[in-house]
Order: sequence, then structure tokens, then C-alpha cells
Amino acid sequence: MNVPVLTLTLLAPIIAALIIVFIPKEEDKLCKWVAALGTGVALALSLYVYFGYDQSVGGLQWVDFGGPVPWIRDLGVTYYMAVDGLSLPMLLLTNLIGFAAVFASWNVTLRVKELMIYLLVLIAGVMGTFIAQDLFIFLLFYEVVVIPIYIMVIIWGSSKRVTKEYAGMKLTIYLLIGSAFLLVGVIATFVQSVAITGTPDMSFEGLARVDFPEQFQIYMFGLMLLGFGSLLSMWPFHSWSPDGYAGAPTAVSMIHAGVLKKIGGYGLIRVAIFVLPLGAKFWAPYIAVLGVIGVAYAAMGALAQKDLKYVVGYSSVSHMGYVLLGVASLGVVGVNGAVANMFAHGVMSALFFSMIGFIYERTHTRWIPDMGGLSHQAPRLSVGFMMAAMASLGLPGLISFIPEFTIFVESFRVFGWLAVLAIAGIIITALYVLRAGANTLFGPAREEYNHVRDLRGPEMVPLVLLGGVLVIGGILPSLLFDMVNSGVAPILVHIQEALQIGGR
Amino acid sequence: MVQFALNHAWLVPLLPALAFVIIVFLTRPWPRVSSTVSIAAIFSSFVLASSIAYGVFTNPGFIEKPLEYSLRWFGMEGFTVKVGVLLDPTSTMMLFMVSMVAALIQIYSTGYMEGDPQYSVFFSYLSLFAASMLGLVISSNLLQMFVMWELVGLCSFLLIGFYTFKISAREAAKKAFMTTRIGDFGMLLGLLFLQIIFGTLDLTELAQRVPAFEQFGISLGLLTLIAILVFIGPIGKSGQFPLHVWLPDAMEGPTPVSALIHAATMVVAGVYLVGRTLFLFAEVPGAMEVVAFIGAFTALFAATIALTQREIKRILAYSTVSQLGYMMLALGVGSLSAGMFHLWTHAFFKALMFLGAGSVLHALHNKADVWDMGGLIKKMPITGWTFVIGGLAIAGIPPFAGFWSKDEILAVTLQYATHGHSLGYVLFFMATFTAFLTAFYMWRMIFLTFFGKEKPENHPHESPRSMTFPLIVLAGFATLGGLIGTPWANYWSKWIHFGQPHHGEPSIGLMLLSVFLGVAGIGLAYIFYYKDEEKLRVKQLAERYQTLYKISFNKYYVDELYLWFTRTVVDAGAKVLYWFDIHVVDGIIDGMAGFTKVSGRGLRYLQTGKLQTYALVFFLAVLVITVVLAFGNPTSAGILGGGK
Repeated sequence: MNVPVLTLTLLAPIIAALIIVFIPKEEDKLCKWVAALGTGVALALSLYVYFGYDQSVGGLQWVDFGGPVPWIRDLGVTYYMAVDGLSLPMLLLTNLIGFAAVFASWNVTLRVKELMIYLLVLIAGVMGTFIAQDLFIFLLFYEVVVIPIYIMVIIWGSSKRVTKEYAGMKLTIYLLIGSAFLLVGVIATFVQSVAITGTPDMSFEGLARVDFPEQFQIYMFGLMLLGFGSLLSMWPFHSWSPDGYAGAPTAVSMIHAGVLKKIGGYGLIRVAIFVLPLGAKFWAPYIAVLGVIGVAYAAMGALAQKDLKYVVGYSSVSHMGYVLLGVASLGVVGVNGAVANMFAHGVMSALFFSMIGFIYERTHTRWIPDMGGLSHQAPRLSVGFMMAAMASLGLPGLISFIPEFTIFVESFRVFGWLAVLAIAGIIITALYVLRAGANTLFGPAREEYNHVRDLRGPEMVPLVLLGGVLVIGGILPSLLFDMVNSGVAPILVHIQEALQIGGR
Repeated sequence: MVQFALNHAWLVPLLPALAFVIIVFLTRPWPRVSSTVSIAAIFSSFVLASSIAYGVFTNPGFIEKPLEYSLRWFGMEGFTVKVGVLLDPTSTMMLFMVSMVAALIQIYSTGYMEGDPQYSVFFSYLSLFAASMLGLVISSNLLQMFVMWELVGLCSFLLIGFYTFKISAREAAKKAFMTTRIGDFGMLLGLLFLQIIFGTLDLTELAQRVPAFEQFGISLGLLTLIAILVFIGPIGKSGQFPLHVWLPDAMEGPTPVSALIHAATMVVAGVYLVGRTLFLFAEVPGAMEVVAFIGAFTALFAATIALTQREIKRILAYSTVSQLGYMMLALGVGSLSAGMFHLWTHAFFKALMFLGAGSVLHALHNKADVWDMGGLIKKMPITGWTFVIGGLAIAGIPPFAGFWSKDEILAVTLQYATHGHSLGYVLFFMATFTAFLTAFYMWRMIFLTFFGKEKPENHPHESPRSMTFPLIVLAGFATLGGLIGTPWANYWSKWIHFGQPHHGEPSIGLMLLSVFLGVAGIGLAYIFYYKDEEKLRVKQLAERYQTLYKISFNKYYVDELYLWFTRTVVDAGAKVLYWFDIHVVDGIIDGMAGFTKVSGRGLRYLQTGKLQTYALVFFLAVLVITVVLAFGNPTSAGILGGGK
């Protein structure tokens, strides 16, 4: 493979951003189309990579430049871009949502040029974390995403309960504090690995081969759990999520809820569990407990909300509880479910936020009691909203059912009755989702919303694209699961081996 | 043709599903095209299902060895799920019944829904509904069945809430979804147990493994729990007490939808599921008693509510709840054939009566109170007389269909009692008393609606042929549909049975009792609501037993209790938690931020830029260092670079 396809995928939005820099400010439409083109190319390339990946071989494929390219030799840092069954769904997810986010921002009129540039940088940053196989590069990209998020929230955001400045600050501080803990853990792990092996190596594979002492693993895993956990809105480090999403502009909510927070789950598996299996074994029951609390607690929180975005914000905390529960099971079925659920939740929440964004644009409110009967004026919008709602409550036939079911199977087996509390979450979820959906869309038409215009033209892209994925993923779950499994199974084999050695 | 149908049974649910896709994406702007597509699809399914039925019922081998084929849906190490087709007499019977009733209801809908702005959408939902139900019926795997089960729930949600301009429809739709969701939660737990313990959700494999449950290391107690958990799903879906509350509200949907939900899809799914997993229940007598008792109790409970209801569709709805109780009772005492037989006959007479009620509402412009009707049979002879047939069938008057199936249930319950289950006598009493009540309240409705004096303000007219044709066909089945299961020539239980086929001797005494109860009920209704033109006697009764009347009319206040629980307990809990989240969890975080702010303000004095302050600090530092060097130990001095 001579063409560095992954690097090209990463560059597509960056090049688009660079082009937009030279477009005059007034050319709003042009900026949007260039952004659409950049994300579109990235999406096409990631689809190509996804379906070109050979699952029967497995492992890292599509390695750019034939292997790790040395960068900072003393630290063992390499430019190492490759994908496996764990990275690929996340890469695809990023570009699906990125592409849709451009179209979800189609009606923005304020500082379009800057918005598109930040958006593209954000997408590239998120993408980078998923394809980098080097811990240093992974962290580098992770930090890249913080800056555009903050700026985007305070300029294009909107909020009600708290100011958008507060929301933006909260979001950013949380990301930074999380990454600070992470950084300590990563540096200590690296230093220790050099002390053990004598050669600096920052690649995930290299670090995973090191045999860290058990006590060390437990401490380091704890630090990384704090970092990745708060990014994944693990209870009780979740409170940034509802405020942050509510304050952020649509595109940021989509990307943040859709993929950015999945870096937490991805990192937990790829870095923390893969490199520190003994630490994972120690922490797993605690993660499960926090996950279960998160599911039930946030579902109840969502029930108390009247602002649509807060409902989805709490709901996303609740869904991440399922992911944590799946990860904590440390079994193939559960971790597969967790990864698939991250994908599913990403698509569903991005669709949700884009539809809420369109509603807010038209009605200037997200307050559920003020709404009703929108299906009369905007049937297509309602279809998109209902699809996201139904996926959120785990309706079979849509993408999120099978991932949840697999998590249930494994966590019920491993944790027994603890998991039942999480499974009971499906009832509360149904309650708040149906209330939000039905009370917004059904009921008699309201005169004040007669001007509301249905989705049309480019606005249809998020609905068709994300809604299509919801349905296809629901009917053919193996498209996602076979891929995830090819990535997760080897990692878990590695863990089992490590645990057996450690348990000697 | 038969061989093709047997090998392509998956087409039966797939065709209506395709119709759904076609209507949604292509033909939506053209109502008539949409309904044609929809009806063509369901009719083709019906033809296929008929061929399958012919193939299965002419070949006795299918009873012992069902036709099964499947393919991998998704899988991973330790958890693989297949989707497939399982054709045995039970599923074949259901395919035939569901596709036929659905086709008739769609034909009826072309008349009933004429001119509705959402006509195409309505037909797309009906197609999806039929597709999900047919998919549920042929499923070879419990997870596949659960998927279809939930899709059925989705469709009923959409159809109950179809008149989106009505608040009541919206609330009813939510209620239906939520109530059945609670049932689904229990069922999901049951499925998880089965998957974890037996390693499969495949029906055939489970049927082989469950009887040997001790080899899988579980106790009878746990298996009982599993069975009861699975049964919670059908409690929700089939409107059994205490999750019955959604079903009467489901009449908020257009009437053809009510007919579909009450007769052929949705509610019978729960009964069917219990029938499908009877191998599980049969192992655990405790769970069987639960099923039987809940069934019998629901039958009686709903019948007492139906006595006082005024709206025609509501009376029918409670009668459905009650009849579903009968089916559960039959399954609970261990007779698959009696339960399925009643499901079969009930589908015809209940669809018939709901469509008849729709015809009445159509004629009276949605005036629903039976007390405002009267004498309609003169203006609407087809609707009226077919409705009477339905009434005779449900009251258990021979030779109409309901008589045979109800008699069968009474017979198996009595048999259960005489075989050492003392609970059986209680069940038998409840079932017989319900039979009497059923005849009474159904005929109360019929006398009030179709007989007696005409009301001058009503201008009824017979419905168009598209609506009366299905009534006639259904009336035919409601009359003759039970004859395949008479005790003298019981083809039914020869085909559809669990374990050994049922060899009950025809019991003339029981039949006489059954007929007597039916006739007595009708007779009493005749005296109260036909002979007594001013209805003085019933009014007096209602007056005298006011409390009882109110309890019955208000459905034992179960709905109010649930509403109170949701509004007060759940919502208040949510509010308390939210308060906790904002003020405690977030408060701690904000507090930490505040601490940083305050400490920052304090530490600011370190960098005031004032030379005097710096000089003071410098002086103090030197002082401290001197003291440390003078009195401290050498190692602590080491930090100052003082060497060893």
C-alpha cells in the first residue's frame, strides 16, 4: 500500500480549512460547500478503508508509510498511523458525523468562515486520535480538539440555565483536567516502561508488551480512569455533559456527544486496558458500579428536564453508563457491545442534536412545554426526531438494540443483579424519550408554529445519512459487529494472557 | 406452489415490509396507489400463507418435525444469533389467520379511511404492522421474536397515536408503549437468563435443553423465576392484569387499527409467545399456576368492568382483555390446543365486532356512547346482523365458533382440577362466571345499539361495500370457524398440541352448562335492556349499588393509581435527583472552581509588583533559611544545595 490513505483522510478536512482561510468572509455558501467537500472526501475515504479492511487477517492494517516513522527518537515517538477493528468504526463514525455536522450548520449566518474552519480542525483532531497508534500522537490530537471547542461554544453557543461562557468554560476545564490526570499516568507509564525494557517506545503495541508491576498498574489505571472516565461523562464526573451540550452550537453538540466523548471509551480500551491489564482487573468492579449508577441516575435526571438539549445531554450520560458496564465486563461479548454501542450512540445522538438544532432554529425554543404538534408543520423533521428517539430507547430494528443487548448479556453474566439496575434503565429511558418526542411532535398543531418550514435541500443530509445508518445498522448488525470483534478479540486475548501471567 | 411457499416462508412477512418501503419512498403522494400496493402485498402473503397451511396440514410429519431453516445474523465468540423460519402447525395457523384478518382489515380501511389526509401513511403503518406480526409468528429464535415483538409495539404506538391532532391519542400511544415496555423489561431479563444459562435463544435448541435444566446447574426455583420473568412480557403485551390499562385506551386509534390490535396482531402476540415457550413453563408447575391464575383473574376482572362501560369500543376492549385471560388460562392449565383454538376463533369474532363498531361510528359520525344509539339494525342490516353473529359467538352459543373454543377451555380447566390441582376448581368457577358475564354485557351492548327505539337525531346509513364485505367474510368464519375443533371430530388438537394430544371425552353436561350460562346472560340482558324500554330497572340498580357501579365504571381506579405513581413518585424522584445533581455533584465541582478562584485571589499578593513587598519577602526568606541552616539537620539543608 503505497498511498498513505489514512494520512490523506486526516488531511482532507485540514486542506479544506486552509482553502477556506483564503475565501473572502462574505462568501458564506462557498465556505460551507468547501467544508462539505473536505468532510465528504474524508467520509468517502474512511468508507473505502472500512470496507477494504481484511477482517480475516485482522490486526493493524492500512499502515501509512509501511510502518512507524521515527519522529522524536529519544522518546521513542513515531508517526504511526494504522487502523484495526477498534479504530475503524470510530474513524467512520467521526466522518459520518463530521459530514452531517456541516449540513446541520447550513443555516448559520454568524461568522460562517470561522465556524467552518474550527469545525474542520475539530474533526481532524478527533479523527487523529482514532488512527494514531502512538500514545504521544494520540495525546497530541486529543489536546488539539480542546481549543476549537471552547471558542465554538462561547461564540456560536446558546444557553438557558447557565450562560454559554460558563458552559464553554466547564466543558474545556473538564477536558483539560481529565487530560492532566491522563498525562501524569501516561508519562509515568512511559518512564517505567523505559526503566523495564531499556528502549523508549511510545506505540500502544510496544507499551502493551511491557510487564508492569501490579501495584504500579493499579495506580496508573486509576489516573487514566479519571481522565478517560471524565471524558466519557462517567458518574460523578458527568455534570459538564448536559450543560456543555446545551450551551454548544449544534455542530459541536453533534461532534462532542457523537464522537469526542467516545475518545474516552476508546482510550479506556486501547490505552488503559490494553497496556495495564492488571489495573483493569482491579478497577473493573468499580467501573461497573459507576456505570450502573450513571445509567440510572442520569436517566432520572433526564426525566426531570424540560429543555430538549438537556434531555439528550442527560440521556447521553446514561448511555455511556452502558458503555462503561460493557467495558468493565472485560469479556469479548461485553466489550464488543460497548464499542458497538459507542458507534450506535454516536450516530443516534448526532441525529438527535441535529434535529433539535433545526427545531430551535425555527421555533427559537427548546422548552418542551412550549412545543407540540410539530409533526403537522414539519413531518420530515419529525421522522428524524422520532428515529433518534426510538434508537435512544433501544428499539430493535435500529442500530442501538443489539449493542445494548450484548452488553446486557455479558454484564448480567459477570455482575449478576447489579446489571439488572442498568437494564431497568430501559424503562425510564422510554419514559423520558417518549415524553420529549411525543410532546414535541404530536398533539394539535399550534398556530404560532405555522411558519415552521420542513427540512429541505441540504438540510436533509443529516436525516438521510444518519437515519440511514441507524436502520442499516439495525437490520444488519454484523456489518458493525464483525468489524468490532476483529479488533476487540485480540485485545482481550492479550489481557487474558497477561492476567494468567500476573495471577501466577 | 406449495413447495415454493414452504421454502420461501420468509416472503410472507417480507412482502408487507416491502410495501411499507415502497409507500414511504415512492407512492405516498397517491393514496389509491398506496392502498393498492399495501393490499396487493398482504393478499400475496395470504395466498402464500394458505399454500403453506395446505402443505403443513396435509403432511402429518410436520407435527413431529417442524420445518426450520435459518442463517447467521451476527455473532461472536460465545454468542451467536441466527434468524430463521420455524414452521409447525401452530405458526402456520397463525400465519394464515394473521394474514387473512390483516388483509380484510386493509380492504375495510379503504372505505373507512377514505379522504383522510394521511391515507397513504396509514396504509404504510398497517403494512409494517402486518409485517412485524408475521415476522414474529415465523421466528425460530427468541431474540428475533423479541425484535419483531418490539416492532409490533412501535407500530401500535404509531397507529394508536395516528390522529396526531388529538391530545388523547398522543397520551394513549405513550401509555401503550410505556406499559408494554415494563413487560418487555421482565421478558428481556428472562431472555438474558436463558441465553446465559442455556447458551442459546433458538427455540428448537431451547426446547431440547430446558427439560434437562439440572444438567446446566440451575435449580427448579430459578427456572420458575425465569419462566415468570418471560411471562411478564405477555402480561404487558396481551393486556393481562395488572398491565392491562393500555388496551382500552388503544381505541384512540382509527377503528381498523383497534380491530387489528385486538384481534390479529399485538395482543395475541403475548399468548402466542407463551404458547411458543410452553416447553419452559411445562417444566415449572409454579409458573404455570401463575399463568393460569392471572389469566382467570384477568378474565373475570375485565368482565366486571365491561358491565358498566358506555362507549362501544371500550366495552369491546374490555371484552378483549377478558377473552385474552381465557387464552392464558388455557395455556396455564397446560393446553396449547385450547389456548390457540380460542385465539383462532376470537380473532374472527373480535375483528368482526370491532369492524362492525367502526361501521356504526362511521354512520353516526363518531358518536360512541351506546346509550345514544338504538334500533340501528333497521338502517344497517349487514352491520347489525353480522354483529349479532359475533355476539352469539362470544356468548358461547352453539354452533358459533366461540362456543367450541370456550367449551374446550372449560373442559381442560375442569380436567386440571380433577387431576389433583385444587386451584383448578377456583379457576373453573371464575371461568364459568365470566362466561355468564360476557354474554350479559355483550348483549347489553347489542340490545342498546341495534335494537330498541331509534333515536331521531341519528341518521344512520349502511356502510360502503368495501366495509361490509370484510364483515361478511368474518361472520362466516365466526360461524363455522369452530367446527374444526368439536369434541367429536377434533382436528384442531390433532394438529396443534403440546405433549400428548388432548383426548377429552365430549362432556354433554359441561356443554349444557356452557350453553345455559350464555343463554342466561343474553336473557338477562334482554329483560333489562330490551323489554324494559325505559331501562328503569337498571337505573334503579345502578342507583342502589352506587359504590359498586362507580368502582366498575372507573375501572377499579387502577389507571388513576398508576398515573399518581408516575406523576408523584417517579417524577418527584427525578426532580429530587436533579436538584442533587445541580446543587451537590455540580456544587462540589463549582466549589472547587470557587476555591481556585479564592486561592488565586489570595495568592495574587505574591505578585503585586510592589518592591517593598518583595523586599519584605526576600528578607523573611533569608531569615528562615538561616534558621534552618543553623538548627536543621544536614539532609534537609541539602535541598538548599548545601551538599552533604
